[in-house]
Amino acid sequence: MALEPAVTELEQLKERPAVASLLRWKPDAIQAVKWDRNELTIWIAPIDLREACKHLREDEATQFIFLADITAVDWYPAEPRFEVVYSLLSHKLKERLRLKVKASGQDPNVESLTSLWPGASPFEREVYDLMGIRFQGHPDLRRIMMPDDWEGHPLRKDYPVEGYR
Amino acid sequence: MSQFSMTPIVESAVSGEDRTMILNMGPQHPSTHGVLRLVLEIDGETVVRIRPEIGYLHTGIEKTCEAKFYQQVVPLTDRIDYLCPMTNNLTYCLAVEKLLGLELPPRAQWLRVMFNELTRINSHLVWLGTHALDIGAMTVFLYCFREREEILKMFEMVAGQRMMTSYFRVGGVSMDLPLGFTGFLRNFAGYFPDRIDEYENLLTNNPIWMDRTKGVAKITREDAFALMLSGPTARGSGIDWDLRRDMPYTGYENFKFKVPVATEGDVYARYVVRVAELRESISIVKQALEGLPEGPIKADAPKVVLPDREKMKTQMESLIYHFKIVTEGFTVPPGEVYQGVESPRGEMGYFVTSDGTAKPYRVHMRAPSFANLNAISVMCEGGLLADVVAAIGSIDIVLGDVDR
Repeated sequence: MALEPAVTELEQLKERPAVASLLRWKPDAIQAVKWDRNELTIWIAPIDLREACKHLREDEATQFIFLADITAVDWYPAEPRFEVVYSLLSHKLKERLRLKVKASGQDPNVESLTSLWPGASPFEREVYDLMGIRFQGHPDLRRIMMPDDWEGHPLRKDYPVEGYR
Repeated sequence: MSQFSMTPIVESAVSGEDRTMILNMGPQHPSTHGVLRLVLEIDGETVVRIRPEIGYLHTGIEKTCEAKFYQQVVPLTDRIDYLCPMTNNLTYCLAVEKLLGLELPPRAQWLRVMFNELTRINSHLVWLGTHALDIGAMTVFLYCFREREEILKMFEMVAGQRMMTSYFRVGGVSMDLPLGFTGFLRNFAGYFPDRIDEYENLLTNNPIWMDRTKGVAKITREDAFALMLSGPTARGSGIDWDLRRDMPYTGYENFKFKVPVATEGDVYARYVVRVAELRESISIVKQALEGLPEGPIKADAPKVVLPDREKMKTQMESLIYHFKIVTEGFTVPPGEVYQGVESPRGEMGYFVTSDGTAKPYRVHMRAPSFANLNAISVMCEGGLLADVVAAIGSIDIVLGDVDR
């Protein structure tokens, strides 16, 4: 059981290719960083999300070309309540990167990545369906898993496991 | 990237020129491999637009996981992708072990590799059989299921279950190999390469098979990245990436194997890649069998791993640990991990968040079938209606995996 404590100082992590690349591009975009269990997490300012992904994908030094996953975590009753989680993978660096964006409990809103990766469409629809987070600029934001007339978003923490009775 | 139009198909036949018609395929259609519903807009025999409608098999497993102890989630993961249960078990266990910071003994790792590859063979055999059946070659189906039966027998030997094995547990595997297993597997590994030749004799140079698959449902390399495709589907389009080789986990760095890649991007290329993977997998199984180290099959972590039956009945301390794990579960330090594994279908990822209690705060599965289904519109639009069936078969989706 050898767990090392997480590193959260930007100063200690600025050598990591992803952090270095973002610092060169726009230091304000980084809200926080974490290195924990050999995984890097960067909290991105919501307004910069799309551009940051684009930059990380096109920068020669990083080439995070593969968007593996989009999901969200509900930290109810904390505020901002939601964290949308993006897993990126660089074939060149053989490294993963987790980007996180915070969204408030009232009318959660995040920029859509469908213009960069059209394949993100069903993933964003799933997060919208189950968590109720809207994606700005998504061409077809409908429910995907639940029936169209379903009420509520099942993966939210204030939604009971057995459903509303 | 305007070629990826995502607008839904809604009554365009009424509003438009009336040249096209809307056709519903599924959810109960034999060639959709489950409950996939496709809405097609067709102009004669040509597909104009195609949109998948999913969710018929949605069981809310991610929500259920949040109400279970960490060890109780393992049997749920089998049910996601019923053709590769062990790969699901493996991914989840690796994610939780990473959260705990647990080291596994070599024997457990080698057993995991061995059964993970047998699962890959099992899954590819079902794919090959049903895919060929869809296109019209019935014999292959019967041959494939003959060999699959032997693999299911082996699963039953070690786990007591043929399909929902739950053989991998957090911290190791549930039991050591039973008596007689090694001989059975050695025998199987001996004749299986010849059986692959048998399948190939029926298909690879078969003119009907080539007519139905070559140049059909093409995916370019750029599209594969844009649509987040992974696994054999992406490797058929020339993306040379395999997590087993490039980001090894559970001891894959100790094995020698090739990663087959084809560049054509059509149905035939994906067929070639998967059949070549069958050969590589059986070679990994042989290596694992020959080099299987002796030693414990569970990590040395009494607070996480259930004690042996023998110890539990003779030692007070083990009995207490057993009681605690079963009734209260084990706590996991707060944090989150994403663990990606090369499943038979592509990158399977588990994102597990812990808040320090005995139940996971959030479990999310990145399902390879869910992402690979993206390719359907690129593959089918502009093609013939009859090729839709070949296209669905070639991306090898499992609807349990898509809907979760």
